[in-house]
Amino acid sequence: MSIAIRKPAPRRARRTPSRWLQPAAAILVAVLLLGIPFWLVIVTASKDQAEALNPNLSLPSTWRLFENFATVFVDGRMWPAFLGSLLVMVPAVLGVLILGSMAAWILGRRSSRLLAVLYALAISGIVLPPAVVTIVLLLRQLGLAGTPVGMVGVYMGMYLATVIFFVTGFVRTIPPELEEAARVDGAGPVRVFITIILPLLMPVLATATILICLYIWNDVFYALFVIGGRLDTLPLNLYQVASSGLYLQNWHLIFAYIILMSLPLLITFIVAQRKIISGITSGAVK
Amino acid sequence: MTTTLGLSRGAARAQGIKEYATTRRAKQDHPLWFLIPALVVLVVFFFIPTLFNFVYAFTDWSSFKTQINFVGWDNFVSLFSSGELINSLRVTLVYAVLVAVFQNVFGLALALLLERDTTLNRAIRVAFFIPVVMSALAVGYIFQAMLKPEGAVNGIIGFLLGQNVEIAWLGSTTWTIVVVALIHAWKWMGLSMLIYLAGLKTINADILEASRLDGAGWWATFIHIRFPLLAPAVTFNVATALLGSMNGFDIVQATTAGGPGGTTELLNIFIFRTFGQGLFAQATTMSLVLFLMVAILAFPVIRALRKREDVL
Repeated sequence: MSIAIRKPAPRRARRTPSRWLQPAAAILVAVLLLGIPFWLVIVTASKDQAEALNPNLSLPSTWRLFENFATVFVDGRMWPAFLGSLLVMVPAVLGVLILGSMAAWILGRRSSRLLAVLYALAISGIVLPPAVVTIVLLLRQLGLAGTPVGMVGVYMGMYLATVIFFVTGFVRTIPPELEEAARVDGAGPVRVFITIILPLLMPVLATATILICLYIWNDVFYALFVIGGRLDTLPLNLYQVASSGLYLQNWHLIFAYIILMSLPLLITFIVAQRKIISGITSGAVK
Repeated sequence: MTTTLGLSRGAARAQGIKEYATTRRAKQDHPLWFLIPALVVLVVFFFIPTLFNFVYAFTDWSSFKTQINFVGWDNFVSLFSSGELINSLRVTLVYAVLVAVFQNVFGLALALLLERDTTLNRAIRVAFFIPVVMSALAVGYIFQAMLKPEGAVNGIIGFLLGQNVEIAWLGSTTWTIVVVALIHAWKWMGLSMLIYLAGLKTINADILEASRLDGAGWWATFIHIRFPLLAPAVTFNVATALLGSMNGFDIVQATTAGGPGGTTELLNIFIFRTFGQGLFAQATTMSLVLFLMVAILAFPVIRALRKREDVL
């Protein structure tokens, strides 16, 4: 009975009038909301200083996109900034993933009042904002002010909560019998964690990696406090390029910088978009 | 190591009340020392600075003095009497609410518009995710250029109206906060859209078929059936939008830097500005205010998150 009702035929008939309406509306919305800003960025980044003084949607008289790229690459110190961004992002992401899943494995498998309190404290960082001013004071006392190590520590302190929250929920869905099999063969907790648990956690760790890379790569607020002026990162240099008097009206260079700076994440995203999108959405609504 | 033993004993005692497998086996199979590295990082880089917040907000710590002295509630009193405390709190709350509303309305509208899995819709969904991937600072600069009085937005409006338009979008003491919240929502609406799309996918087709057979139109089906069933997605989106915008900085710094006349001065903008002036104690006080505001508002949010996790 229900099979007969679920035939798609009547639905398609009902949607006929909107067959051209929906695509037209979708394209119009995309052009208005995305096309105009992105077009502005590309044409302005391709102009010379005089033409770009007042950014508008007109085409440049001569395309200078790659010349402008070359200028900001040198003047905006993009290469050191790129390396600086990697230098803080890679250790911070690896650190939160490893430490976070170690903690989450225990928090997901054992239960006691103490662990419940620890869990609540550990995930409180998802919601509570980091104390950005006193972090600087603490780093000075530890001798880590302005160092990549200090920045990595601050990012780890900020994002461990997210990893622990996601992974603990995921650990609880892994049947404990899978661990038992390895234990019968005499594997200790470290072996069980590395050979059994970590590989099973890969999907949720992939999602966490994407989210945290996104935050750290684009972060400027915490970086300004901790390593501002001491270490180059891509957003920090963009901030300097855009707020220094020398560049104040150089919209062509600001936009050229923005394009170059967005490319790494953009390319990663476009290549892996299907996985990224399903990873991000799978956790959110269930 | 002593810490481990201390933890284990406490845990074992608690487990006597709440039984879980055999205690000794649980201890051996899932040793508590696995927690220690994460806890050390959390304590050093999260909890101690947070505790410091409660101490240094009551001092005269600044770059102009070599000594740090306790001054009681002086920082709070001076920030309160100058009106800056109330102003930043109000601006932050208004901004957070506006962003939550805009981001969810746009996200849901986009999700409904791009709901069918056609090739075109898939491509447009990916395009709407590009702003999410971009740096918020970059987004701020793009819109600063677009919204200049002689900028592209006024140019388009002027072209449509057939006359010269010079609206100072970022220069109004009343409306600029709305404009800035719209920019924030523009950056993140792609994420909300994806969450809503995933939520729409989870709705059972039989329920929609039943409502269709009962003669419900698209709008009635949406209001009475689909929107209520989107509740988990709404919770997630509203919570993340509120938290993200209360901690907002980049977009506002890049567009208005708190102006005009302090009407878009979020708590984080204030903290950054006073920190740059060397007034560390004042910045700490505002940081504490932000912490307390989020903590008070977040309790319902945490409860929702934990409830969601129970469902998982």
